[in-house]
Amino acid sequence: MTQAASDPVLTVSGLKKVYDGLTAVDGVSFEVRPGEIVGLVGPNGAGKTTTISMVLGVLEPSAGKVIIDGVNLNAHRARALARTNFATAYAPLPGNLSVEQNLKVFGLIYGVKDLKTRIEALLAEYDLIHHRKTKCGLLSSGEQTRVTLAKAMLNHPKLLLLDEPTASIDPATARDIRARIVNSARADGCGVLWTSHNMYEVAEVCHRVMFLARGRILLQGEPDALIHEHGVANLEDLFVSVAHEGLHDRTGRPA
Amino acid sequence: MTRVWAIVLRQFYLLRGSPVRLLPMIAWVAIDIVLWGFLSRYLTAVAGERFNFTAALLGAVLLWDFLTRIMQGVTTAFFEDVWSRNFLNLFATPLTVLEYLAGLVVTGVLTSLLGIAAMLVLATFVFHLSFLVYGAALAPFVLVLFVSGITLGVLGTAIVLRFGPASEWLIWPIPSVISPFVGVFYPLSTLPVWMQAIGRALPPSYVFQNMRRILAGQGADWDGLAIAGGLAAIYFVLAFTVFAWVYRYAMRTGLIARYSAETAG
Repeated sequence: MTQAASDPVLTVSGLKKVYDGLTAVDGVSFEVRPGEIVGLVGPNGAGKTTTISMVLGVLEPSAGKVIIDGVNLNAHRARALARTNFATAYAPLPGNLSVEQNLKVFGLIYGVKDLKTRIEALLAEYDLIHHRKTKCGLLSSGEQTRVTLAKAMLNHPKLLLLDEPTASIDPATARDIRARIVNSARADGCGVLWTSHNMYEVAEVCHRVMFLARGRILLQGEPDALIHEHGVANLEDLFVSVAHEGLHDRTGRPA
Repeated sequence: MTRVWAIVLRQFYLLRGSPVRLLPMIAWVAIDIVLWGFLSRYLTAVAGERFNFTAALLGAVLLWDFLTRIMQGVTTAFFEDVWSRNFLNLFATPLTVLEYLAGLVVTGVLTSLLGIAAMLVLATFVFHLSFLVYGAALAPFVLVLFVSGITLGVLGTAIVLRFGPASEWLIWPIPSVISPFVGVFYPLSTLPVWMQAIGRALPPSYVFQNMRRILAGQGADWDGLAIAGGLAAIYFVLAFTVFAWVYRYAMRTGLIARYSAETAG
């Protein structure tokens, strides 16, 4: 079956994760369409990384389904994951390999065609040509993030998962990195699921944002529309308000 | 196959970029051969030519080191991913667990060949040990020890995956713990009954028993070697099954994700 251009690149339905009786993600359902950047935000412990881990196939859901570009992750893991890629500030590439070596190893794992040409293009696109022989562990945080992003773009993913990609990076570098991600996503037409604690970042790059708290999606919509609808000054105020509501029941007592 | 090659290539890059990783592969085995080589020479001088100490002791050390190197080749390749917190990067890709293990095994075999080559050169040219003395039985000896080395390596990786990086110290001494039971330097009959029972369940025991039989002029016990081959095959399958079980457990509990990304969320 061929996937139509407008069909979702990610369909998550009824996704649930329970650890020893504790529900971390509670029946989450959403879609990401080609070219769409969707923000997944929420307080610490909301279930963002758990959700991303399940979409990445490194955590088995207790229930629910993940479909990447029309391929069921549970049934056809390798085929589904070949259509995706990811970058996270918390999993840098091995520091004891050079930039070029890391890109080569992961290019082979993702089965990238004409790998040499692709690596050259990415080294140029992410300003890494002068660092190609440098071991990743010797690079600055910003440079390491650019390498991680170059790796994430290696296979022209249909779905890109970004878990706090600009964490621990100065504002100027973060802005540069955001621009690169948006440009790459636009050029490849891939859908992006982006988690972040930086609400200005989310408001700047995301077409749609989902607020997750206590493992559930409490709110979702376009950033501007949500701000207007809830009568708050910006997305950060909305975040604080939603995070507070998510932690308390309607009587104001801690839930 | 491309993905298996990627795992091997990563290890090749590490070795090429760091001679410090290469040195222990050769140095430790060389020290072993020199130590046991001179001991064998001394015992031969004291006891005379009645018994071939070189083939019995040095040969035993070499064969046991062969198993140990294969095991450590597999586990060290795995530890490289533990040390560099690379699990999330690897397992959130199309790489299958079987391809990953195959990559570790190929890496283990290739890297251990370096140490084995050093051992053979020293043992042959300095201490005049000829493996031809074991005759046709050398082939099953090598095969049984090779499969057993991979089995222990895969089992070691499963233990570290399940119990975390701190359990690494449990893996390094495994060959030393097993060696008294398999009778590397003495017949199993030397051991207490309970140790003999364990020894008979371990494939390398049959290799060392046969090695001594051949040196004593009794010829190889092919039935014993067949049992060793069968046991080695069973343990090989069991080790991969255990790894697959631990991997599924790690997927279910989030162990894989937490190995690399201990983020709240």
